[in-house]
Amino acid sequence: MTMREYMLGNVAIARGLLEGGVQVIAGYPGTPSSEIIDTLAARKDRDYYVEWSVNEKVAMEVAVGAAWTGVRSVVTMKHVGLNVAADPFMTLAYAGTKGGLIVIAADDPSCHSSQNEQDTRRYAQFALVPCFDPATPQEAKDMLPYAFEFSEKFEVPVIFRPTTRISHGKSDIELGEIPVEKPAPSFEKLLDRWVMLPKNARPRHTHLLSIQQSIEDALAESPWNSLELKSDAKFGVIGAGIASVYAKEALVELGLEVSYLKIGTYPVPRKLILELLETVDTVLVFEELEPIVEEQVKMIAQEAGIEVSVLGKTNGFVPREGELNVSAFLETLKKTFDLETESETSGTSLELAPRPPALCAGCSHRATFYSMKKVFGKDAIYPSDIGCYTLGIQSGTVETTLCMGSSISVASGLYHAGEKRPICCSIGDSTFFHSGMNSLLNAIVNKANITVTILDNRITAMTGHQPNPGVGYTATGEPTVQVSLEKLCKAMGAEFVSVVDPYKLEETQEAFKAAKEFEGVSVVISRQPCVISGKRAGIRRAPYVVDPEKCEGCKQCVKFGCPAIEFNENNECAVITALCSGCGVCAQICKFDAIQEVKR
Amino acid sequence: MSPAEQNKLDLLITGVGGQGAILASDIIGKAAVTAGLPIRAAETHGMAQRGGSVVNHIRVGNDYGSMIPKKGADLLLALEPMEAVRYLDFLKDGGIVIMNTQPIIPVTVTSGLTKYPEVSDILDFLSEKYIVKAFNADDLAYEAGNRLAMNVVMVGAVSGYLPIPKETLLESVKALVPQKTIEVNLRAFEAGRQKVEES
Ligand code: SF4
Ligand code: SF4
Repeated sequence: MTMREYMLGNVAIARGLLEGGVQVIAGYPGTPSSEIIDTLAARKDRDYYVEWSVNEKVAMEVAVGAAWTGVRSVVTMKHVGLNVAADPFMTLAYAGTKGGLIVIAADDPSCHSSQNEQDTRRYAQFALVPCFDPATPQEAKDMLPYAFEFSEKFEVPVIFRPTTRISHGKSDIELGEIPVEKPAPSFEKLLDRWVMLPKNARPRHTHLLSIQQSIEDALAESPWNSLELKSDAKFGVIGAGIASVYAKEALVELGLEVSYLKIGTYPVPRKLILELLETVDTVLVFEELEPIVEEQVKMIAQEAGIEVSVLGKTNGFVPREGELNVSAFLETLKKTFDLETESETSGTSLELAPRPPALCAGCSHRATFYSMKKVFGKDAIYPSDIGCYTLGIQSGTVETTLCMGSSISVASGLYHAGEKRPICCSIGDSTFFHSGMNSLLNAIVNKANITVTILDNRITAMTGHQPNPGVGYTATGEPTVQVSLEKLCKAMGAEFVSVVDPYKLEETQEAFKAAKEFEGVSVVISRQPCVISGKRAGIRRAPYVVDPEKCEGCKQCVKFGCPAIEFNENNECAVITALCSGCGVCAQICKFDAIQEVKR
Repeated sequence: MSPAEQNKLDLLITGVGGQGAILASDIIGKAAVTAGLPIRAAETHGMAQRGGSVVNHIRVGNDYGSMIPKKGADLLLALEPMEAVRYLDFLKDGGIVIMNTQPIIPVTVTSGLTKYPEVSDILDFLSEKYIVKAFNADDLAYEAGNRLAMNVVMVGAVSGYLPIPKETLLESVKALVPQKTIEVNLRAFEAGRQKVEES
């Protein structure tokens, strides 16, 4: 009997890696990819090595080292992580691998939790590396053992590109066997492969180009591409990755007799596309993000001299940005066949209050931002970075967010451009270790005059509380060195380094004042564990209450923005709800002494 | 309805990050697998989740993607009143809404930027087009022993509509809630189920 289990897409992906005999896994957390390593790290019976690396480039290099010993390795990240890892990745395509190497880069159409919507399939084209694009969590799991074998057969790394709905979709998954026997690592000194001197790189580029056709042919035969030709159908649909199931569902629902090609791998299966193009006069290409398949289909049609109209993103039939779904496919069909589109809104006259995500009740970042704003004021400039604290945008202290680690370098750029206003940037502990360190070093050496606030909540919080070099344990919970942020900053040459407890407003503001006065790079490390991981670690603080007798209704506490503080129905007095985590900051803000700790 | 159709149900769970929407959908998902039904679900993670509006799609008896098409859901389970209205475009006309009447006020309201609609207005509006079952699930959970069991009250409330036997759902509750809270959660489930059966 086969085993079925209900699991998250990322858990299914982790399972697929195990079924493929993975031996080394490295990555950097990033939504929607993080649970893959979380799952593998949490397993008790591990016969593989797994780590959270400090950034994606480092993780990629760890995986490469492993694959060069002949074992199967994986590097995980979100789409934008591949930008960080692009440097080793592009050259790895030339050098190739021995053991199978899978680069998992999870795309996030619609930017559910990201700063852009870039399409990883473009990187696959760019690097001339095959890419696997799963349509369902089940297929994602099943593809991985295949992808390892494929990578080994052609000695190239392969990309595996799940999207948010695969990674964070859940489904019943049919499980396969996990192999017990795995090869022993053995590094072979192939200097013409592993040393990318120009003399070696040139022939490797030629080699990479020469195997493209065989790669394409092998993929066309794989189970991830399939063509259903309907006799007499003049209309064809091509669906890629997850968009293929949306299209399929709509076609079945409508009972439409059209030919249908599902694509799950790149380079695209030219043979199958030609077969389809020869039988239809219109084809609609449905794919998320970039019009990659669409461009290929047009090229293939032109080269073969086939007259066919290709509908998709470039001519406005399918939206170029955002996520697709069944409804989007139906919309597209209506446009294609020029049918009336009815409005599908619920037609409510009710005004719904927006509910944007916000920093948690008692989050220390809110307190740090409050003090920062008090000291630096409205006139200052506040570059920030990527992490939970980006949600502090309501505090007025997040004015730039470009990419991981960029806050400090953007701040330096503002200063060197001649900006005279005070500049105070903020970066989380994990982001600092990821790539903020280089920026700080650069700022110090090049004599920027800025304040750098390291929001040290002792964890990588936004992606689900993964450890970083500051916490003292590894992905699997083993104790390790705990890197001191203050010593690190000092070692880089920072002359002003101050560590504060953001829950103590006065102390924090004093430190910010001194930092502002300091000529050069000043560093304020604002340290207080994340409220969620703190609670899990057993930190219990007494909640706070408002004394209605003393409350003057000035709303200073509400302006602070803690979700645990509301006003009563008559809007005259503050109340603190059960969400309160007892940080005590609002009590320091209230000028009327109306907020007090609940005595136990 | 064909037998296959009878085992099909598209369900949307809406609420606020932190209310336990994911656990609620996990209970249903795990039970569906035990009952031998295909199941697909999609949920909100990461940045969007913290205190923000969340929505889970659950498709029992479905072999395609996890996303319910617009006007495709048979049922909407709302853990919070305003969140019941936010995703109505997904519910089919005449569909069922099971709603917790206990509001959670967003920071945009407490800070005076916008207003929270009256819960009675929400109910009136919903009743025009849909079948509505509304009650305070927070109170029922409190009576069962713990306010945090509100999500399980709501699973109990929807249980009668699911193509999954009640016993299977209860097994799934036992397997997924913390050991110490099993009794409370089983009471919470029953309380929710009764509330809807009575109405
Ligand atoms: S003490 Fe005040 S600021 Fe801190 S969590 Fe409680 S209500 Fe929020
Ligand atoms: S700051 Fe103090 S006085 Fe002002 S509204 Fe809040 S509790 Fe009342």
